[in-house]
Amino acid sequence: MPAFKSRAVKVITAAVAVGLVATGCASERDKDGDKGGDKDTFVFGAPGDPGSLDPALASDGETFRVTRQAFEALLEHESGGSELVGGLAEKWSSNPEGTVWTFNLRQGVKFHDGEAFNAAAVCANYEHWFNWKGTYQSSAVSYYWQTIMGGFKANEDKETPKANYKSCTAKDENTAVIEVNEPSANLPGGFSLQALAIHSPKSLEEYAKQDATAKGDAITYPEYSQVAGTVAGTGPYRIMKWNKGNKEVSLERFDDYWGDKAKVKNLVFRTIDTEEGRRQALQAGDIDGYDLVAPADIKTLEGAGFNVPTRDVFNLFYLGMSQEKNPALKKPAVRQAIAHAIDRENLVKTQLPEGGKVATQFMPDTVAGHSDKVKQYPFDTAKAKSLLAGAKEEDLSLDFCYPTEVTRPYMPAPQDLFELMKADLERAGIKLTPKPMKWAPDYLDATEAGSCSLHMLGWTGDFNDGYNFIGTWFAGYDKQWGFKDPKVFAAVKAGSVEADPAKRTELYKKANEAIMEYLPGVPLSSSPPAIAFGKNVNPPNVSPLTQENFAEVSFK
Amino acid sequence: MLRLVVRRLLQLIPTLLGLSVLLFLWLNRLPGGPASAILGERATEAEVARINRALGLDQPLHVQYGRFLKRIFELDLGTSTQTGQPVWDEFVLRFPATVELSLAAILIAVAVGIPLGYLAARRRGGWLDVAAVSGSLVGICIPVFFLALLLKGVFAVNLGLFPTFGRLTTGLDATSVTGFAVFDGILTGEFDASWDAIMHLVLPALALSSIPLAVIVRMTRASVLEVLGEDYVRTAESKGLERRTVRGRHILRNALLPVVTAVGLLTGSLLSGAVLTESVFSFGGIGSFIRTAIDARDYPVLVGFIMFIAMVYVLINLLVDLAYSVIDPRVRVH
Repeated sequence: MPAFKSRAVKVITAAVAVGLVATGCASERDKDGDKGGDKDTFVFGAPGDPGSLDPALASDGETFRVTRQAFEALLEHESGGSELVGGLAEKWSSNPEGTVWTFNLRQGVKFHDGEAFNAAAVCANYEHWFNWKGTYQSSAVSYYWQTIMGGFKANEDKETPKANYKSCTAKDENTAVIEVNEPSANLPGGFSLQALAIHSPKSLEEYAKQDATAKGDAITYPEYSQVAGTVAGTGPYRIMKWNKGNKEVSLERFDDYWGDKAKVKNLVFRTIDTEEGRRQALQAGDIDGYDLVAPADIKTLEGAGFNVPTRDVFNLFYLGMSQEKNPALKKPAVRQAIAHAIDRENLVKTQLPEGGKVATQFMPDTVAGHSDKVKQYPFDTAKAKSLLAGAKEEDLSLDFCYPTEVTRPYMPAPQDLFELMKADLERAGIKLTPKPMKWAPDYLDATEAGSCSLHMLGWTGDFNDGYNFIGTWFAGYDKQWGFKDPKVFAAVKAGSVEADPAKRTELYKKANEAIMEYLPGVPLSSSPPAIAFGKNVNPPNVSPLTQENFAEVSFK
Repeated sequence: MLRLVVRRLLQLIPTLLGLSVLLFLWLNRLPGGPASAILGERATEAEVARINRALGLDQPLHVQYGRFLKRIFELDLGTSTQTGQPVWDEFVLRFPATVELSLAAILIAVAVGIPLGYLAARRRGGWLDVAAVSGSLVGICIPVFFLALLLKGVFAVNLGLFPTFGRLTTGLDATSVTGFAVFDGILTGEFDASWDAIMHLVLPALALSSIPLAVIVRMTRASVLEVLGEDYVRTAESKGLERRTVRGRHILRNALLPVVTAVGLLTGSLLSGAVLTESVFSFGGIGSFIRTAIDARDYPVLVGFIMFIAMVYVLINLLVDLAYSVIDPRVRVH
């Protein structure tokens, strides 16, 4: 078969030729050493892809982690802390009622597209959001706007909350005044949210063109939010490219930045889905840092010379009880017995990374409103047993749901935490039926619907206000807890409408005391989530709100 | 031949329709929906209800199904609830990666499996035969996922010979024409990008090839052994024909018939194996996307993907039949 033979020879020759050429090129490329540790490029391994390049449309941490480097809000949190400081506004103040907010803007700030930053730009942003229509009014898209500012100029759905935003006025070039209808506990914290970061007026014009094309049926993110080019903020980096196929967002230093310039020229966020995959990529030198480090890996990584700073505590982990699912839980003595049965000290000591704290209430102690006078339920198995006996619930049996295959900042290893609590509760004579579930959507759905007698969940704060914690859970009836207690609801609500910060703090303290008196669930712990960096990296100040500024990163 | 092709293509329609009904019923039975995946820990009842309404999930199943069918006729697969982008766009973006990976895996399996199976049969009982048979047994038994982790741990993390994740090195600015990274590099003359893509393909493709490789070795071996005993081979050999002719025309050609069928079906099944392999290597193909789609109850993506896989299976079967008739002209006659 001479024809067949000669064809085969040709194919093999061609393949070898391509291989040789490619090998030659590869060795040239390797000399440049662009394998992650490049001094010009910092590569961060993110647990998930961002959803959009317009943070106003997002509500997830992975989107904000990327956009935070390019967009700035009126207020920020201090580097490495949770105190509010000036961002694009140097100073801010409100009237005593907390309804008129005046911002003195920073001067000499430029957007990435060359536009000047001023009060008109601020108002253009707020008006843009307030005038959203159609798909944008779905809370899956505009969750944070609705949380902070209520609804829109013309609500299209009767269940959309009433608008609290009233107006934005450019008093002069550098003074913007934002008015709201009612005082809100979400202000001024809300002004620091990435979802309310300021975009250039030119970008907004482009965004608005795509508003009209949004349909009411399915939620389709507009094209501008998926391709770098239109979005322009004022941050130390600008977004250059989003290569979705390669799961990679590339940013470049913005040389006209008003503040301290970024130390590393290029910043890349690469998605690596699994925790193990991120750790291995760091160990192999393919990336320079990653987030959501498993507590079990911290010691190993530190031992090998990696930087593994832990953030300050700003989250809360709790044991939830659903009173509607199990009537026995309606008895205060039963809930108290459960609280006494759990050895929280041991849980924190054995399961949480160093710096973890036992929680006494539904708020970490770093938040204003944390009270020293809440009722305590110390670990006491004998007391738990006698409380159960008193309530005639010696044979209490409960189902206990816990999530699998998930790591949350407040809940590092759910299964291990569950095992500990199970042993504690069984020691007090409570029979348990374990119900492991997949995190999303099974577990989240089950807990939200209140279909587990016991479950474990938590929360990391968006900004430093007590309502961001207790308001999330106890502002009113919620199936997750399945109880109605006017005293608790009123106490939580009172704080949320008080304009004076000092008075508000006092009201939150009262609210915490009322909640712990009633005891809807057991607050368990607050833990410091870790983040890892390469040996040759000077890490940024790590933030309790997980809001790291990568402009602070440099190579050794 | 044309009639065969047309008939098989027409068969696609009832198959896909039936499958779509089953899929809808199955998805409806799954606990949970996309709303809580979108909202995470802060999902409240009212929020979930609002999102379900926005996504049309509050409507009766037949209405949802009708809407879905209508969209299919308009060649619109809907919008992914995870990414907010048209499902079609997501597939176009990610399929090349998975196809490239699957092709590389099947290429390894065929290029190594057929010669190995042939040699094992020719030297039956020898050390090569024993090694091939026991090796293939191991290949079938080890889960692809585990093998992927093992290969990655040894060759990428410890030895540093290959990258640990992705399709291309971070920051490598390669031009994308077709989405097939290796091919694009050759097309645009960016040979370093091609090489980079190949280096990223090696470990996942090796892991993914383990089962097809094992199956092909065993099938080729068995098939060749069977053919070796046939009269025509003995006749050909006793006639004193050149050994190469006997091997190529008489033994391999006949022995390969069942192997070709197997290769076709194995290629289809690779797509499902890719789901786990891609996750281990964060490969950016359809496999890891489907995994997150399952977590997020991304119905449009799941329905679209499964329908697509069904179509691929039918088409591959068609191609296998056609290939069959090329290798063995008797098939055409019947």
